[in-house]
This record gives sequence, structure tokens and C-alpha cells, in this order.
Amino acid sequence: MIATLNTTQILNDWLLATADDQLILAHRDSEWTGHAPILEEDIALANIAQDELGHATLWYNLLMQLKSENEDYPDRLVYQREANQWRNVQLVELPKGDWAFTMLRQYFMDAYEHVLMSHLEKSQHQNIADIAAKIHREELYHYKHSSAWVKRLALGTDESYQRMQAALNQQWPYIGQLFALAPGEASLVEAGIIPDPAILQNDWQKLVLPLLSTGQLDLPEVSNRFSSRAEHSLHLNQLLNDLQKVFRLDPEADW
Amino acid sequence: MDKAQIWQILQTISDPEIPVVSLVEMGIVREVEVEGEAVTVTITPTFAGCPAMRVMQEDIVRSLKGQGATQVQVKTQIAPAWTSDWISEEARLKLKAFGLAPPLKHDGDLNIILLDIARCPRCNSRNTRLQNNFGSTLCRSIYTCNNCKEPFEQFKAI
Repeated sequence: MIATLNTTQILNDWLLATADDQLILAHRDSEWTGHAPILEEDIALANIAQDELGHATLWYNLLMQLKSENEDYPDRLVYQREANQWRNVQLVELPKGDWAFTMLRQYFMDAYEHVLMSHLEKSQHQNIADIAAKIHREELYHYKHSSAWVKRLALGTDESYQRMQAALNQQWPYIGQLFALAPGEASLVEAGIIPDPAILQNDWQKLVLPLLSTGQLDLPEVSNRFSSRAEHSLHLNQLLNDLQKVFRLDPEADW
Repeated sequence: MDKAQIWQILQTISDPEIPVVSLVEMGIVREVEVEGEAVTVTITPTFAGCPAMRVMQEDIVRSLKGQGATQVQVKTQIAPAWTSDWISEEARLKLKAFGLAPPLKHDGDLNIILLDIARCPRCNSRNTRLQNNFGSTLCRSIYTCNNCKEPFEQFKAI
């Protein structure tokens, strides 16, 4: 299996997965625009969604550059792929849920991006290191914001605590997928292009577990789902239906 | 048209979101190259998702062509990553006069983000409180001054 994949293809797949995580997360965040509980948070989450969209664009653009594709390549990837062609983790495609659900997911992803970018800034692949350095600074603002919300809701009222615990119960089984290597990716780790996922997971837990513990949130005892990034829930179909609806009305339209 | 003339023209092009400062003062223009008739201007985004990049590119092409350049290309680069430390001293004064608190200098240590420090651009008080790390554009946070009671925005340190 591994012998049949070449390094270029493995790297391209990794870039696509990294970009897809950001794009789908951005879309889920954007669903709150105009609907957030208070105006300040509407503004904050709209900003965060826009940042994540910007980060996705940087990764798609690098993929376009490495594959010598045309300028419309990122658009084609986003608007023309079917669900089974996406490579995002399932965590980001879950419906936005309530505010606790959205904030906890954002926090998990911000912590993930924070530790991932810390490693990727030192990547042996210069383009990847450059993008990571750019993204990392912006992620600090996200991390600050979402971690404050997780703490606030966990230590808030009985209801906010219950909602945060319920969100944790739902999301925890999906975390393992963030730290699973795709076939062949071990070669990227060996080449110093991407970090060892075990180290990444350890770094992530060092950030996340103390905060969950401060909030007196209990980690559910669940087995992790290590499904392939090619497998998706029906939620992704519904999301893509929304995301691609206008484009599909007239694929040849000139924007 | 030589390099110096081109820089001079670029100096007159406003930031689309903050019209009181120019793209050069903001540190967005990184390089100008001239080869015969071909002019290449390299710019860098402040924030990765900045929606004003396209407008900036169009403004640069329009301005340079309007002043006689025949071939203008605008390139985007992301490394080295733009930092708010590159905003010139002159631009910081203009931002403040515009009512936008300039970003704190951080010399690469972004832990400064956690401190929530801003000086009110109106009354200069340091007695201010953060309302929201996110504001009307990707690059702004919202504060309130405890002294003069006015809300204001700060350009984010990044």
C-alpha cells in the first residue's frame, strides 16, 4: 500500500486535509453570523470564520502552486467536490449545535492549530513553514477567545455547565482522528515536513486537559473513532448542499 | 519610470480600510522591481483572510498606469509574515488621530496579546478595558476608556 504512494501525492493529500479542516470549520462558524447570542460574539465569530477561511486559502493556494494548477483551482476544490472527496476530520462537520458546542469545538481546533503551527513553523518544507508562521499569530487571538468561553461556561451556571459537559461527551470520540496518520504520512514525519502526531497529541493534551479539569468537566470514557478522512457523516452532505448551492445553480457563471 | 518615482506614487495609495494611512506606511508594500517597462510590486497581507487584498492590487495597478507605467504586475508574498511592528511611526500618529489606537510594539513576543493593554486615542488614558478582541475588521479589537467613557478600536498587535 505505502509503496504505491509517492511522496508528492502524500504531501498533496496532507495539504488538502489541512485546508479542508479549516474550510469546513470556517463554514460552521459562519452559520452563526446574524444568530449569535450577543452582538459582540456575532462579530467575534464572524471574524474567526473569516480568519479560518483565509488560512484554508493559504493551504489551497500552496496546493495549487505545487500542482501547477490554474488560479481557479481553490474554487473548484471548494465548490465542485462531492462529500466523499473531502478530507476534513468529522469533528468540524458536526452541526453547530448550541453555543457551548460551537465554543468547545472552536477551542479544540484552536488548541490543535496552535500546537500544529508551532511545529510546522520549523517544517523542512519552506512553503509550509512560511504559512504556519503567518497563521500562528492569528490563531493566538482565537485561542485566547475560545479558551475564555470554555472556562466561562464550565464555571458559569448549572445550565451552562451541563451544556458544556454535553458538548464534551459528543465531541470527545472525534478527537483521535485529529492525531491519526494517513497511509504514507510517516514518510512526511521522517522527512521533518510534518510533526509526529504522538508529540502533537501530547502537546495538545497539555493545553486542553488542565482547562477541562479547571472547569470540572469529566472526560467521557469512549473509544476513539479512527476512521479514514475519506469517511464522512451525512452532516457533510447537508453542509455542502448549503455551501455549493449557489455555485451549482450556474457552474459556468463568471463571478 | 524609476523605482523612486514608483515608491512615491505608492506612498499616495491609501489602505482601503484605513484611508488615513498609505500602503507603504503600513508596511504592506515589500518590494518594487523595474525591468525596462515592466514594474513589479510585491505586497504582503496583514491578515491571511484580509478581504482588501484584491482592492489593494487594483489600486496599485490603476495608480501606476494612471501615471504612465505601461506594464504593472502585483505579486503577493506571505514570508516574512507581516507584523504590526512594521507600521511606521508616522502612520502610528495618523492612526491615533483617526481614533484607532496603534498596536503595541512586541518585537516578536506575542504574549503581549494576553495583556489587553491599550491607550485611549482621545484622552491618552491607560485606564481602558477590552470589550472584544474582534472588531469591525480582522485587524481591530474594541476597547472602552474608563476615563473618558468613550469606546474605541485598537489595531491588533500581530
